[in-house]
Amino acid sequence: MTALLEVDRLQVQFGATAAVRGASLSVARGETHCLVGESGCGKSVTALAVMNLLARGGERKAERLAFEGEDLLKLSERGMARLRGNAMAMIFQEPMTSLNPAYTVGSQMTEVLRRHKGASQRAATDRAADLLARVGITAPGLRLGQFPHQLSGGLRQRVMIAMALMCEPKLLIADEPTTALDVTVQAQILRLLAGLQRDLGLGLLLITHDLGIVARVATRVSVMYAGEVVESAPTAELFAQPRHPYTQGLLRCVPVPGKIQRDQPLGAIRGTVPRVGHGFAGCAFRERCDFADETCQRTIPRHSAGATHDYLCRLPA
Amino acid sequence: MLRFLARRLIVALLVVATVMTLAFILTRLSGDLAVSIAGPSATQADVDAVRKAYGLDRPLLIQFFDWAGRAVTGDLGESYFFKTRVATLIGERMPVTLTLGLTGLVIALAVSLPLGILAAVRENTAFDRIVQVVALLGQAMPSFWLGLLLMILFGLKLGWLPISGTDSWESYIMPGVVLAFSAIPALTRLTRAGMIQAMGSDYIRTARAKGLSRASILLKHALRNAAIPVVAIAAVQLGFMLGGSIVIEQVFALHGVGFLAWESIAKNDFPVVQSVVLVLAAIYVLLTMLADLMNAVLDPRLRGA
Repeated sequence: MTALLEVDRLQVQFGATAAVRGASLSVARGETHCLVGESGCGKSVTALAVMNLLARGGERKAERLAFEGEDLLKLSERGMARLRGNAMAMIFQEPMTSLNPAYTVGSQMTEVLRRHKGASQRAATDRAADLLARVGITAPGLRLGQFPHQLSGGLRQRVMIAMALMCEPKLLIADEPTTALDVTVQAQILRLLAGLQRDLGLGLLLITHDLGIVARVATRVSVMYAGEVVESAPTAELFAQPRHPYTQGLLRCVPVPGKIQRDQPLGAIRGTVPRVGHGFAGCAFRERCDFADETCQRTIPRHSAGATHDYLCRLPA
Repeated sequence: MLRFLARRLIVALLVVATVMTLAFILTRLSGDLAVSIAGPSATQADVDAVRKAYGLDRPLLIQFFDWAGRAVTGDLGESYFFKTRVATLIGERMPVTLTLGLTGLVIALAVSLPLGILAAVRENTAFDRIVQVVALLGQAMPSFWLGLLLMILFGLKLGWLPISGTDSWESYIMPGVVLAFSAIPALTRLTRAGMIQAMGSDYIRTARAKGLSRASILLKHALRNAAIPVVAIAAVQLGFMLGGSIVIEQVFALHGVGFLAWESIAKNDFPVVQSVVLVLAAIYVLLTMLADLMNAVLDPRLRGA
């Protein structure tokens, strides 16, 4: 069976800066695939490149970029617009600014269904109210008539989620949907996404830098570093047996109650992410890696550690 | 919403009161009105008689409150020259000026909105730069000069449009274009800047992520937000146009309020001058209030403010 979303060796350039350098990943139906990594590693850019929503000046290239077997690279902007918000939807990191301040919640939600499914205003309004209730918003009828500025951040993010679900997408890309929210709301939203994913069987590509979230919701994890996917594995396996030194370092940075002593320093990865320009070869992590030697300057082969686990490092499994 | 309106109304009344005071003081500063009215060959006795007849011998404060009190009730006094009620005079001339101003505004918006939107969509392309240069040239061109050029070309050489008078709607085209020309640069640049800002915003990314059509993204989601500063400036520009009609009505011999103002200044008909200034200021204040209201319609966040 073909995966819902296939990304093979995706590259994104902004002028001389390479934001994504050959990232590969795939999302199956009914799967929650988490994309993790520190700020600036190319997670969001990867998602935007998939949706073809890159900011001006961004150029994407890939060996393959397919949704349900359809080549997205060959699709015109018009063809892409037919998919967006319809079969594939996206939620953004900034709930406070992602809704248009000039239109009511209802107007912004219904226009998606009207556009893609040709629904009547009444049918679209009913569906919007239904979805708002589903994402845990009380008095949906009232909310539909309100403007974004009358809603809190948590409510706005729920509206964004409900809006993304209007056309029953098969793939939902959520770019740090909870980063801007406080912890209680965060937990609610994650539960909500997990529930929706289970109920609707949608493929979820969840971008986050929070490993706690990953442990709770992910089926599969891909770790990004400096524009590359350096390791990809089923969640339990990645936490139990991380292969890439960067993944190992990331996991050491997470405080685990009971395991980490109070006076013991928390793990940290020394150094900072290098600026990777055009023509950079070898491992981008080598400057910060304890195991690096001169072979790390050559092109690194992808190693596999089992059928569903692979990583990008010269170290053997 | 009611509080919003009430606050705007109070500010508007204060502005009108200020303008009334200024209009009154400025006409008094222009010299001894009694001497001007009496004319160059008048004797001292004539001047004194005029001063008494027009109530100019009373203290300034009394004169002011007398005039202001009447003006508030709609009585703007009588013209020294036309010997008719000033309110009637202005009422007769106002339609011409309003038609001219609105024609100018409509032309200005019809040109600057599409130009601004296109320039924003094609930011930093040759089209965008040409629009900006043309806008700059437009702003630098004196309106009376442009008016004369148009008259020579379309009125005399080509004979397409009448060069003066108000006989038909066609008479308003050339003066309307000239008035619009002064407003187009600012409106175009504002539309362009607003659209560029809106198009770079998160909610436009959301609109694109929803797969909306390009027209819907540009005209529904971006333009509504970009229009807010444009509406405010359009109202101010319409105010300028009504004031600017003092020059343009001269050039095209349109007998509007601007023409009346010019005539009255030349003839020292100060009740008319004072009243024209007052009426134009009141219209201007009304326009800015209207713009505030329209913006409250466009941007729901302003309704609570």
